[in-house]
Amino acid sequence: MNINNFISDLAFIKPELVISATLVIIVLFDLIFSSKKKLLPYISLIGIVVAGYFVINQFGTAVTTFKTSLKYGMVVVDNFSSYFKIVVLLASFIVVIFSMLSSEVNSNEERHGEYYTLLFGMILGMFLMSSASDLILIYLSIELLSLSSYVLAGFVKNTIRNSEASLKYVIYGGVSSGIMLFGISLVYGLTGSTNLYEINTLIQVQNFPYITFLIAGLFILVGFGFKISAAPFHFWTPDVYEGAPIPITAYLSVASKAAGFAVLIRFIKITFVGSTDSSGYWILLNIIDWKSIIVLLSILTMTLGNFAALWQDNLKRMLAYSSIAHAGYMLLGLAVMSNAGINAIMVYFIVYALMNLGAFFVVMVISNKIGSENIDDYRGLGRRMPFLGIIFAIFLVSLVGLPPTAGFIAKVMLFIALIDARMVAVAVIALLNTVVSLYYYIRVLKNMYLVDVEKEKPIIPIKLANGIVMILLAAPILIFGIYFSPIIDFAKNSITILGF
Amino acid sequence: MIHAGLTHFLVISVALFSLGIYGVITRKNAVMVLMGIELILNSANINFIAFARFGNFGLQGQIIALFIIVLAAAEAAIALAIVLNIYKNLSNINVDEMDSLKD
Repeated sequence: MNINNFISDLAFIKPELVISATLVIIVLFDLIFSSKKKLLPYISLIGIVVAGYFVINQFGTAVTTFKTSLKYGMVVVDNFSSYFKIVVLLASFIVVIFSMLSSEVNSNEERHGEYYTLLFGMILGMFLMSSASDLILIYLSIELLSLSSYVLAGFVKNTIRNSEASLKYVIYGGVSSGIMLFGISLVYGLTGSTNLYEINTLIQVQNFPYITFLIAGLFILVGFGFKISAAPFHFWTPDVYEGAPIPITAYLSVASKAAGFAVLIRFIKITFVGSTDSSGYWILLNIIDWKSIIVLLSILTMTLGNFAALWQDNLKRMLAYSSIAHAGYMLLGLAVMSNAGINAIMVYFIVYALMNLGAFFVVMVISNKIGSENIDDYRGLGRRMPFLGIIFAIFLVSLVGLPPTAGFIAKVMLFIALIDARMVAVAVIALLNTVVSLYYYIRVLKNMYLVDVEKEKPIIPIKLANGIVMILLAAPILIFGIYFSPIIDFAKNSITILGF
Repeated sequence: MIHAGLTHFLVISVALFSLGIYGVITRKNAVMVLMGIELILNSANINFIAFARFGNFGLQGQIIALFIIVLAAAEAAIALAIVLNIYKNLSNINVDEMDSLKD
């Protein structure tokens, strides 16, 4: 490797460099100005905005850098990765604001330095995940994300719920990433390379030992399945989401899932797709039947997520199962194995980020006020917090996927992609699942508005800052529900994955 | 004298991998569970080095192994810190007794 190449390659990872620099600044600021911890979230916000500027600047480039061979490198910068970086940054921006308003996080003010440091560790991991085109970088970036999130899940150290969540997370995470690493080692043994592009050419030879490769591929899928919390690798999700502080739960459910999907899509697209036909359908290499595997996985994931959510009384736990179900819907977009399917996933992610963060934010505000996340304590809250009740209704209706919200547009895009690909049976299953999901989302609203309304209780006021954040999250959901062409066009421009 | 070939190394690594999974599933003590995870990581490590040595793939496999050793250490440090924190809260580290979060 040439040192001059290395320096010119650095120009392509400016967003990652900004994130790393902000991380270092936060650590130093925390050490030097230890009495001014209130400023840390603002430094984080500035770092996120600057990184966002560089990501948008990169839009349109398609290069492979940090070359490990003559043609291909470890990092790919293309519109696809930039899109997911924007989703991650959007979620990070909102989550930093959440953290400023969260009583759980604010109760540990002396440890805010490590909180924001670890948050930036997660962002860096997710950035590298959405750009990685080498199995080793994929593994390292997933670990970088995981190690930071294990600690953040247990941020409030003295509560048993938090500690238990982080221990469960570290055990499930350690095992699944270990299995994934074993799969990677098998792929390395079979092909002699860890670069996805090289593996793609190397597996197209005659007499390739495809059964061993199938096992290796399934092992690697365990690692991705863990990150996107797809069944049967979802066991950690409800416990960790319930136990972790709410801003971190919201962050895990949106950003970490987005990065997991980005890396999974890139892995399958680059490694196993031979070519793309004229209407945008991928022609898979005849090695692993990913289409059937993903369809099975997604049906299992959404059915399990939706049915388990029916019995949940804790709102965070219910939203955890709902996020599993949403991962199932999004996997369907990948199962289509076409550009239209990927487009649907990308639109879904922007909408999902807004509505899921919004729902968690409302749960957080209510939990700050009444100290509970139990659905029974939500009785009559619609009357006591009228504004908050309406906003929560918007988020929940959008999560179901009913018009006029953006959640409807996201689901419609997905169903159109499925029906165009003649996967009608799968589309029907997804539709039935949506009907099931209606029950548990609306149950919350029923409890807020229709139960216990006769008892007069005082109105609980909410802070102005909370109200503004809620409006900023809910307004785009209503606007995109009617005026949706900009995000669809944006996603359409972003499906370029380098190489094909 | 028998020379150890690729198969010998692969058998050892698969045995370690299986022992690791077995340990994670059966052990109750959180530290023992973490040791199971270490076994899984190291079995992959053996694979990488054996493939690099016998497959003539160059040095890449050995460099990857170095990365994994560092990562395993980082993961062990974080996991042990979390276990220590659990011990402070619950005065034991039995994973079966951690059931405050469940359906």
